[in-house]
Amino acid sequence: MTQTPAGPHDYAEAPAGGLAVGEAPLGEPGEEVVAAGGKAIVGRSPGQLAWIRLKRDRVALVSGIVLVVMFILAIAAPLISKLYGANATDQHSDLLDTSGYPLGYLGGISGSHWLGLEPQLGRDVLMQLIYGMRTSLVIAFVSAIITVAIGIIIGIIAGYAGGVVDSILNWVIDLVLAFPFFIFCLAAIPVVTDAVYGSRGDVSALFRVGLIIGVFACFSWTYPARLVRGQVLSLREREFVEAARAAGAGMGHILFRQLLPNIWAPILVVFSLNVPSFITGEAALSFLNIGVVEPTPDLGRMINNGTSFLQTDPFYTMVSGATILILVLAFNLFGDSVRDALDPKSSR
Amino acid sequence: MIRYLIKRLVLAVLAMVAVSVLTFLLFFAVPTSPAYVMCGKQCTAHDIAQTEQRLGLDQPIVVQYADFMKGIVAGRTYGSGELAVHCDAPCLGFSFRTNEPVTSILARTVPATTSIVVGATVIQLVVGVGLGMVSALRRGTAFDRAAVGTSLVGASMQIYFFGPILLLLLVYQLHVLPTPGYTSPLADPGMWFEQMLLPWLTLGFLNSAIFARLSRAQMLETLAEDFVRTARAKGLSRWRVYARHALRAAITPIVTTAGLYLGAALGGAVITETVFGVNGLGRASVDAVNQLNLPVVMATVLLAAFFIIVMNVVVDMLYSVIDPRVRLG
Repeated sequence: MTQTPAGPHDYAEAPAGGLAVGEAPLGEPGEEVVAAGGKAIVGRSPGQLAWIRLKRDRVALVSGIVLVVMFILAIAAPLISKLYGANATDQHSDLLDTSGYPLGYLGGISGSHWLGLEPQLGRDVLMQLIYGMRTSLVIAFVSAIITVAIGIIIGIIAGYAGGVVDSILNWVIDLVLAFPFFIFCLAAIPVVTDAVYGSRGDVSALFRVGLIIGVFACFSWTYPARLVRGQVLSLREREFVEAARAAGAGMGHILFRQLLPNIWAPILVVFSLNVPSFITGEAALSFLNIGVVEPTPDLGRMINNGTSFLQTDPFYTMVSGATILILVLAFNLFGDSVRDALDPKSSR
Repeated sequence: MIRYLIKRLVLAVLAMVAVSVLTFLLFFAVPTSPAYVMCGKQCTAHDIAQTEQRLGLDQPIVVQYADFMKGIVAGRTYGSGELAVHCDAPCLGFSFRTNEPVTSILARTVPATTSIVVGATVIQLVVGVGLGMVSALRRGTAFDRAAVGTSLVGASMQIYFFGPILLLLLVYQLHVLPTPGYTSPLADPGMWFEQMLLPWLTLGFLNSAIFARLSRAQMLETLAEDFVRTARAKGLSRWRVYARHALRAAITPIVTTAGLYLGAALGGAVITETVFGVNGLGRASVDAVNQLNLPVVMATVLLAAFFIIVMNVVVDMLYSVIDPRVRLG
């Protein structure tokens, strides 16, 4: 990859190479050299440099704050529910008119129901959104962690072992990539649910969540695996690995103590971009009624429910859609900033 | 080149076979009783046994798979005697729920899906790539900022949110478009166009955002390369350099991505068709999934995999045609 003409902020970092000019010393031990301008030059690790770049990035700051707020909302959902005085499942049918639509304006916004009520069932929209975000974030994060973990293990093995093992793993990756991911998720989830539950009816919410995570992980580990494999291939012939080998280090030590710490940056980037794609994937499945089942609140299913009332009560669809958009946008922006911070040369 | 093509095709066929085996296992070995699943809750034990026998589900799984493959090549007959149903040559299974071969479901629904995908692809290539190229050339201007901002939001936007917004605005509020659906362009081209416009705009604009980002980045990267500077230094005009030199180098990854998107288009079509209630293949497969109509689901998965694999080969071939720097080996 060649470098694009660097933006103004890239130039500031250009002479870096482990050194950053300006900024008050952070109290780091190390040599302090006084540069021509009279400012101290401090030795910093690549990680510290990335962190400094990230802190300076306004987009990262805003999207980061949005994400933190959403995380807190999701984690503190039961507490908020208590303070707010409504939960995600209670049906306030007394606040609906005879045909099932919320009384009042904009989907029944009121002092006790800030974002109104769900048409027909009369559940509180704000609490459904908060609990729905929780569902989304749990599924997306767990899937992303598992995906990246499988990717790292397979990638490291393929890259380091080489030869036949590498060829076989590569072929498996190619094969998995040939599967139509979304269509297959769509098809596999009901079939597996049926195989486990048969005609017994009630599917437990936890099982369904686990199944979605499992299917996501099964088909998404290929990208991190490829990435890690490529990185390992380029690193394994380097001197420090040779030195470790010469010093008698075992394979486990070389793989996980020598190689892994050097490839965290791209892994982090993949992880941060995986999360929003799982959020949208899960919402899409639920939108098609194949994701998380009632009564677990879910953003995608809220949109799906809302589309039947699009003409009469559009507000319900709009709030749930906007929540997903904000969540995904914040993750994407933050992910881009993380990438820029870790690798200032990369272009979008 | 020919050698590479043959090697690539052999691998593609192998991949297709592997996908079909795994899909077949998932649908016919994982469920405890596929016949029960396909027959539905109101079936009696007798019905189930009959379905099992008609579909050959009482046979070992290997025989079932062989029969399925044979059906694709030579057609097959389900059951025997009065109950026998024949399924013509590319037989992808028989939908007992709707009592017709899967191929006739495909024939009925594929035109709508093709219309959506082709229209959206045209939009994403014209609007998306155009926008990306122009904003790369006008880097830093107000136009560039606006384009970058819009495509940033657009790339995070989802069909199932953008679709309802457009539907609400253009159909329910302003009444400028009819409710989306599919009319054959041969029967009524005007209606076909009006009904398809909303799905095209939705899918097309969201993909445009992704393509705008990609082409902008590619173009910026190319413009910074030495050969562009050399061409300028030789005295070529700015536009000649952009159009003849830079564009050609920048377009390769865009074509690749466009090809892969086309291969995976069915995934996007599923949601678009559900949002707008268009009776295409995507919607048919969602219905089939909800009714656990396994033969239809199986055929859809295979078809989707087929497109992905074919487009992969096509993209590889195109690559070497567009970019002479790429040598296939």
